[in-house]
Amino acid sequence: MIDTKTATYKVLGTRPVRHDGVDKVTGRANYGADFHLPGMLHGKVLRSPHAHARIRSIDTSAAAALDGVFAVVTGDDFPSDTPSEVSANVVMCRGHVRYQGQPVAAVAASTPTIADQALELIEVDYEVLPHVTDVWESAQGKVIIDPELRTDGDESAPPSNISNTNVFDAGDVEAGFAAADVIIEHEYDSATIHQGYIEPHACVARWGEDGNVLLWVSSQGHFAIRDLTAGQLGIAPSRIKTIPAEIGGGFGGKTTVFLEPVAILMAAKTGRPVKMVMTREEVFISSGPAPGSHIRLKMGATKDGRITAVDADLWYESGSYPGPLMGLGMMCLTAPYEIENYHIKGYNVLINKPFMRPYRAPLAPNAAHATETIIDEICEQIGMDKIDFRLKNAAKEGTKAAYGPVYPRIGMVETLQAAKAHPHYSAPLGPNQGRGVASGFWMNIGGDATANISVLPDGRVSLITGRPDIGGSRAAQAMVLAEELGISVDEINPSIGDTDTVGMNGISEGSSTAYASSMAIHEAAMKLKDELRDRAAQVWEADKEQVTWKDGAAHLNGGSNGSGEPLSLRDLAGSSSQTGGPLGAEAAINARFAAPAFGTHICDVEVDQETGKVDVVRYTVCQDAGRALHKSYVEGQYQGGAAQGIGWALNEGYYYNEQGVMENAGFLDYRMPVALDLPMIDTVVVEVPNPKHPYGVRGVGENAIVAPLATVANAVANATGVRLCQVPMSPDRVLEGILTHKAANGS
Amino acid sequence: MSVSINVTVNGRGYQEEVEPRLLLADFLRDVLGLTGTHVGCDTSGCGACTIIVDGKAVKSCTLLAVQADGADLTTIEGLASNGALHPLQEGFHEEHGLQCGFCTPGMIMAAWQLLERNPNPSDAEIRHALEGNFCRCTGYENIVKSVRAAAGSAA
Repeated sequence: MIDTKTATYKVLGTRPVRHDGVDKVTGRANYGADFHLPGMLHGKVLRSPHAHARIRSIDTSAAAALDGVFAVVTGDDFPSDTPSEVSANVVMCRGHVRYQGQPVAAVAASTPTIADQALELIEVDYEVLPHVTDVWESAQGKVIIDPELRTDGDESAPPSNISNTNVFDAGDVEAGFAAADVIIEHEYDSATIHQGYIEPHACVARWGEDGNVLLWVSSQGHFAIRDLTAGQLGIAPSRIKTIPAEIGGGFGGKTTVFLEPVAILMAAKTGRPVKMVMTREEVFISSGPAPGSHIRLKMGATKDGRITAVDADLWYESGSYPGPLMGLGMMCLTAPYEIENYHIKGYNVLINKPFMRPYRAPLAPNAAHATETIIDEICEQIGMDKIDFRLKNAAKEGTKAAYGPVYPRIGMVETLQAAKAHPHYSAPLGPNQGRGVASGFWMNIGGDATANISVLPDGRVSLITGRPDIGGSRAAQAMVLAEELGISVDEINPSIGDTDTVGMNGISEGSSTAYASSMAIHEAAMKLKDELRDRAAQVWEADKEQVTWKDGAAHLNGGSNGSGEPLSLRDLAGSSSQTGGPLGAEAAINARFAAPAFGTHICDVEVDQETGKVDVVRYTVCQDAGRALHKSYVEGQYQGGAAQGIGWALNEGYYYNEQGVMENAGFLDYRMPVALDLPMIDTVVVEVPNPKHPYGVRGVGENAIVAPLATVANAVANATGVRLCQVPMSPDRVLEGILTHKAANGS
Repeated sequence: MSVSINVTVNGRGYQEEVEPRLLLADFLRDVLGLTGTHVGCDTSGCGACTIIVDGKAVKSCTLLAVQADGADLTTIEGLASNGALHPLQEGFHEEHGLQCGFCTPGMIMAAWQLLERNPNPSDAEIRHALEGNFCRCTGYENIVKSVRAAAGSAA
């Protein structure tokens, strides 16, 4: 392993322009909806208008009879035996509708207009059932979504919407609170929100009589899309060659299938290619948004600033079916701190909303919102600097996290120090302004990665990996190879292979892409360099040990053959047929030892006392990257994550009416931040290398969204004296808080 | 029923038969094959489909193709000339003004109008001019930088 603390790099840490950049600024790059095949049909989905219902019958005869309609499908057309009943029902409902927007039928027609007309001709007879769209109400179980469901599988218990629970326990919580000088307890609410990627889901499927399928799709992981789709259709994954389109954002929401099995089924039924593209409304009501939550948190601390105990209950929406995410929120609640006594209980709650999917550090922002604002209050009560308090309690190497592991070398302390040293932390504030600070944790993951390197005839190098490039990962990956081969990043052609072109690769999720891919590229590059030395030795009729690889060429180090001119990649490619065949190397690995990342944010807000509108006027992100491969892209992740967090803190949220119908399923009413809403977001790239990674990488994509909810909330509290325990902190809520506060203080 | 329209797109004349309710964005993408104009919402919320219509930045999902009859349109595909990128394209490329790139064509076209009207905008003016365009990836900082760089190089 390289000593990452002292390693110096020529390419890593610089800011080259991306290889796919020209295609993206000229409109030439092909995203999911940009593919067009001869004879292609257009698929559209009929979606339930009801939040909760049973389908008595579906009559598709009129739709099927319409000129230009080639296929109409319902849940009955799909295999009943699938690996996941949940995925099956999210793809096409099998009788029990659990959310507004759930697919109930689909049509393939010669034009999108005819497909839309056909949808209107489908008659669905629904028995409408009572629904619930509030997580706390759903946890109380007055409306039961699945009568078969028992919490934690306990058959003796009554039906419940809580599918499962989990507990993290340590120490003596009672004794911890007894030792506390200050104890604060609140309940926190966070709305259901959406990842908000600008590109709607889209795919094109082509089926052949030999049973082989071609699938073009915009996703975060085409290998996973292939496998999930195959499972839903009961066909072998190897039959679906899945070709990655450019992806227009994902943030966790494009890690699963919605349209793909439907498109393939209709392509098989018609023998024609089928294209399917969601509208924005469909993206909101029937993709996989991120869970809202209700969290009760009680924390105790001594007056000299030690956290003595934590007691918490976290109710997270899992959406319409039991899901896997709730534990992530529990993990993140106390992860930045060393706490001896805690009791943390999580509840996974069914609700009549879409099936929830990950969104950038899934569930962590909700949890950090509670922890980091309660810490802020404790600091105010004991009169301690907010960063000093966090430093005193910060997790370090050797700290045992509540979710199990003992931390390796981590950078929580360093991000706090960076924040404290930043001029922002001590800058003066204007009238009606306030400052907040908060920290966040994210674990990061690794997973499968395959990298395939070939030296091309002209000496350039092809690099094929297989995780979709969402934010510049191709360029970062090319930098790794350029570093190892000692060539310019421009001499590398990085591409994302389809499922038949390159070996298995995981999903671009969990901040894993740069982390895992760079490990695979490192290993493949080592193999290639060894091979190149061998080939050069053959040319020189020398020993391989006499050959070194440096600055993109083989060098002969003295010996009986003298010191011939260095042999470049082009030279070696030219002679490769005589020295053993084409030059290349591959590595297929499972990237383990992903290391946690921490961040500390500072935010200044200005609050309009008359309208309750909050403007973020200054924002700084200090985050540990381990090692930044491409500095600008790391900074970009920090800025993008912070921007999303600010939107969540102030504006974003699903609004449901009394019928359980989403009222703001469009970009005009679901208000994400625009350039005018945000200040310059300053970044500090802290680098505490991950000792288990060849370059020290930790993963950077997700962490920056964790702290903003609390950071902004703390700033609002500092500006107004009002502690809101709800996000979004929309103007009406802030104004109500200000007015209540003023009334209570007699002003 | 279809209607005949004449449009000039990126300097080339087209006569096409279109359905009266065909959106201009879909006309560009599906009829002319100019898929660089992206559709993120079809309700004028996101700005990804922004193009230039007779010198004005317009969200092409808010216009019907028939409304563009007789108009002179520029899409992202028509911005580079003689094989050289437009300064805005250079700016977004060099200053890392994109992550996923989906909003980029619309951002560039909206910024094009800004620089036509105000060749040397302040950062605040840039942010104001781009308020109709969502980017979910970047936090906008590098987008502002890209436009600033383009303004500097054009000056």
